[in-house]
Amino acid sequence: MTEEPLATKARLLPLLVLLIALGIWSVLTLLKVFPEAVFPSPLAVAKGFGEELRSGRLLDDLVASLFRVTTGFALAVMSGIPAGLWLGRHARSRIAFLPAINFFRSLSPLAWIPFAILWFGIGDLPAIFLIFLASFFPLVLATLAAVASIPSVYFRVARDYGFGNTELLTQVTLPAIAPQVITALRVTAGLAWLVVVAAEMIAGHDGLGFAIWDARNGLRMDLLVAGMVVIGVIGVALDRVLWRLTKIPSVRWGYEQ
Amino acid sequence: MSNKLLGLEDVSVSFGQVVVFRHLSLDISESEFVAVVGPSGCGKTTLLNLFSGFIKPSSGGVTCSGRVRMVYQYDSLFPWQTAAQNIALGLRHLGNEGEQKRQLKEMLRLIKLEDFAGHYPHQLSGGMRQRVELARALAGNTDILLLDEPFSSLDYLTRLRLRRELARMLEELPRTVVLVTHDIEEAAQLADRVVVLSERPARICRQLAVALPRPRELTHPLVVDTVHHILTELGLEQDQENWVASTSVS
Repeated sequence: MTEEPLATKARLLPLLVLLIALGIWSVLTLLKVFPEAVFPSPLAVAKGFGEELRSGRLLDDLVASLFRVTTGFALAVMSGIPAGLWLGRHARSRIAFLPAINFFRSLSPLAWIPFAILWFGIGDLPAIFLIFLASFFPLVLATLAAVASIPSVYFRVARDYGFGNTELLTQVTLPAIAPQVITALRVTAGLAWLVVVAAEMIAGHDGLGFAIWDARNGLRMDLLVAGMVVIGVIGVALDRVLWRLTKIPSVRWGYEQ
Repeated sequence: MSNKLLGLEDVSVSFGQVVVFRHLSLDISESEFVAVVGPSGCGKTTLLNLFSGFIKPSSGGVTCSGRVRMVYQYDSLFPWQTAAQNIALGLRHLGNEGEQKRQLKEMLRLIKLEDFAGHYPHQLSGGMRQRVELARALAGNTDILLLDEPFSSLDYLTRLRLRRELARMLEELPRTVVLVTHDIEEAAQLADRVVVLSERPARICRQLAVALPRPRELTHPLVVDTVHHILTELGLEQDQENWVASTSVS
């Protein structure tokens, strides 16, 4: 194939962008555009990163944040997708609930932070609560929209070929909405990751968000940037994991038409 | 008529204020291929929905004895299933797994898509997809095939090719067929009997028998003649006493 070398080269392009960005960053620090204290150099950040890694604090924070995101997100998936399925099939309930769902979806989860602290204190619970709020409503909305837009001919075919109610759900509805739901999962997982950092800054005593806040309080901008880098890398990794789902053969039709 | 398989007896159908059929009767006998043509919106698809049991008549009786399968106008293959899995839907009612496998292989051979068994619908051409739809509907010892404009989304040449394919498939697996179509040529080239419906509320204006074995050439004088008669019935051509199919210029 003639396209093969191009594809390999294309894969290196993001690395090139990264190197250029690092270069600009280094030049800016060398030129002392901002004082070192408020604009750490790449080298200082790398040193800070090593320091955090050796002390074990970085790993602890990472585990704490990932635990919160996974729990809150899993709860949202387990309740949001069934809720969306139900609303997608029941027009009256959909009419009744849709404005409320849109209302809560438009509300930044951060607005709930005071209540999260008052109700759940400091630690895992308020963060999980906020992540749940951030992911639940968009997931319900995406699922119900996907269900409502399944072409009715699929249900007629299923009826022609003698599908029962359980089969209608598992062999028609779920596979028909899978591509859209996977896209929604990717978007909401990104949201959840954004929210955990914000939640931990205010309602946490550990986690990556807290680490950033702590670094800011200690005026350790190198550690702050190290934390930012980790958050960004984990965010990309999370999306890559969910992106793998789009490669499942039985959902590819949803992305290739 | 011998061994009636499908029938409408004095059937009336209305949707709200709209009367689609008023006292319509039609009999279709076993192994007959009937094409139904008529103006848009005259109730051709409603006719199929009556036979498939999807809708009930407001009054009158519908006879339908046998296992019925419908092929729809638009893509109705499950996009999340491979060609083989889609065809296998038509074999679900056969309890025996070995028999299902054997028949699936047989259907793939019949539509000449053995090499595409594992392909998903979006990886197939329009013509291939329609062949899979036909195979799904023909699979598993069914009796009646209801075709709702099955080739209308295909380009002209593919349509011609698929007409031949359908004729060949029916030779191997004879079925009673009701074909609803806008395509007058298709009706004349495939059907034993063409039923021409009027505007709503639809009545049968004319029935034309085409006594010619399948597959038929599109340009066969009898096919051309049938097309002319249908078009005349629909008011799109003038009836001529000494009408000739073609004249040669020397």
